[in-house]
Amino acid sequence: MRNIAIIARRELTGYFATPVAYVFIVIFLAMMGSFTFYIGNFFERGQADLATFFEFHPWLYLLLIPAISMRLWAEEHKSGTIELLMTLPITTTSAVLGKFLAAWIFAGIALALTFPMWITVNVLGNPDNGVIVTSYIGSWLMAGAFLSIGSCISAMTRNQVIAFIVAATICFLFTMSGLELVLNFFRLWAPDLLIETIASLSFLTHFRAVMNGVIDIRDLIFFTSLMTFWLFANVIIIDLKKSD
Amino acid sequence: MSTLRPLPHRIYRISTFRLQERHETGTNAPMIFLKGLTKHFGPLVAVDDVSFDVGKGQVLGFLGPNGAGKSTTMKMIAGFLEPTAGTAEIVGFDICTSPVAAKKKIGYLPEGAPTYGDMTPATFLNFIAEIRGFGGADKARRIGDVVEKVRLKEVFHQSIDTLSKGYRRRVGLAQAILHDPDVLLLDEPTDGLDPNQKHHVRALIHEMAADKAIIVSTHILEEVEAVCSRAIIIANGRIVADGTPVELLARDPGYNTVNVHVSTGDLASVEAGLAGLGTIHHAPPPRVSGGTVLQISDNGDSTLIMRVSERIRERGLNIEEVYLDKGSLDRVFRQVTTAPASGISANA
Repeated sequence: MRNIAIIARRELTGYFATPVAYVFIVIFLAMMGSFTFYIGNFFERGQADLATFFEFHPWLYLLLIPAISMRLWAEEHKSGTIELLMTLPITTTSAVLGKFLAAWIFAGIALALTFPMWITVNVLGNPDNGVIVTSYIGSWLMAGAFLSIGSCISAMTRNQVIAFIVAATICFLFTMSGLELVLNFFRLWAPDLLIETIASLSFLTHFRAVMNGVIDIRDLIFFTSLMTFWLFANVIIIDLKKSD
Repeated sequence: MSTLRPLPHRIYRISTFRLQERHETGTNAPMIFLKGLTKHFGPLVAVDDVSFDVGKGQVLGFLGPNGAGKSTTMKMIAGFLEPTAGTAEIVGFDICTSPVAAKKKIGYLPEGAPTYGDMTPATFLNFIAEIRGFGGADKARRIGDVVEKVRLKEVFHQSIDTLSKGYRRRVGLAQAILHDPDVLLLDEPTDGLDPNQKHHVRALIHEMAADKAIIVSTHILEEVEAVCSRAIIIANGRIVADGTPVELLARDPGYNTVNVHVSTGDLASVEAGLAGLGTIHHAPPPRVSGGTVLQISDNGDSTLIMRVSERIRERGLNIEEVYLDKGSLDRVFRQVTTAPASGISANA
């Protein structure tokens, strides 16, 4: 536990030691704002809520989260520091969790910096702040799920570009799987059970459920079990990969 | 030779158990114990059944041509690579079954000394110290000590990416010795350093040697003579020679031979004059000076040079030059790594 915290802290200060963190946060905030106001028509809707803001989170994460996760392990493989890290008296699990937590906290910081949006809507109207809080929590959980996928993919390669593209693709599939567009393709031939399974794996479905203001235990389990699965796979991949 | 053996884990478990008993009873018990360490990469056998032990106070030079399996062996001892068969035991802890406990006892400088480039030596060593379980004043003292030892003070707050190769290697070394480990594994510690830095690193190894077991992997042979109390040469993943540097030198056919350089005209008279002192071989002269070199050997007897020079003086033999060949690790290295492995061992 102590080791996880030490690794997470090292990673996190690493983000801020380079311009990466600042560039990321600025772009994240700029895109969040423009999506909400221009594409989401925040003012025109005349509603005192942040639905248009949260609506775009899955799509923004699709692009930006793999950008955080791509360097997590690929960089270690490339620079050879993985040999240093894995010969320190720590378990692979604590290394994986430490790195993941750092990335997740970083995503949380970026997310928290969107607070002016929350202030704006409170100044302009009387929103249901409970819904906004659960939406934030849901968004952060979703970011964690995206990150766990990205972290696992990053462990497979020493090339950050590959890590980015593959992670973005898998995240895309997970996001899209709830859309009718995708489901209709399966409806033609697949049994109902499979269709339901695919739909239930969708980030969109679960995130929209949370956005309605209710954190259902099923959605919570969905995101945490997804993270557990990918991080578990991450540990196994690290152990396998260093042996060749 | 490269047949795939089934994993004899159970057998090694039993044998390590016995070794552990020996540790507790023995006074000068080995701190590093390699037991049939083997590594396959697909069909390639990188390390083939390597066993040896290193005791406290010993500095083992681990030699071999590039690709012989040096680094692979080091990586397995350090717990980075999992052996295909066999195991290594570090101060009683099996690296395969209790890796974290074993890694606590090890200081490891990986090949190329990788470090986090975006950190400074200060933040990097702080991270290592924390992971190694130090905190507060103890942490500050250890970092201070190690910075002093490897001379990092002037770049302590510079980003590692901007440091020269020599400094980066020193950061790697600092990281390895920070916790004053019982076992030190240094993979090519002086690679890419200038002669002054090399000298300094060797002095450092020498200084730490007394209460540690150290393995230094290298392909620089002068290093072995400079710091190692014992050397193991591996080729194609197998041990081909094991002994003290002097024992290895003794395996050079030229070791302690007396070489007498004579011009062609005097060859017959000198050869006759030296008869009876030892076996005489004709060797080509070392330089383009013509003549012949008579190589006299008497089973490695080091007093031969006295007798030869005495004889030359007594009989007034007309020679160009007399010198003693002290043997060269270079030649021994070439001899044992290019010849087919025949299991020759100096102390076996």
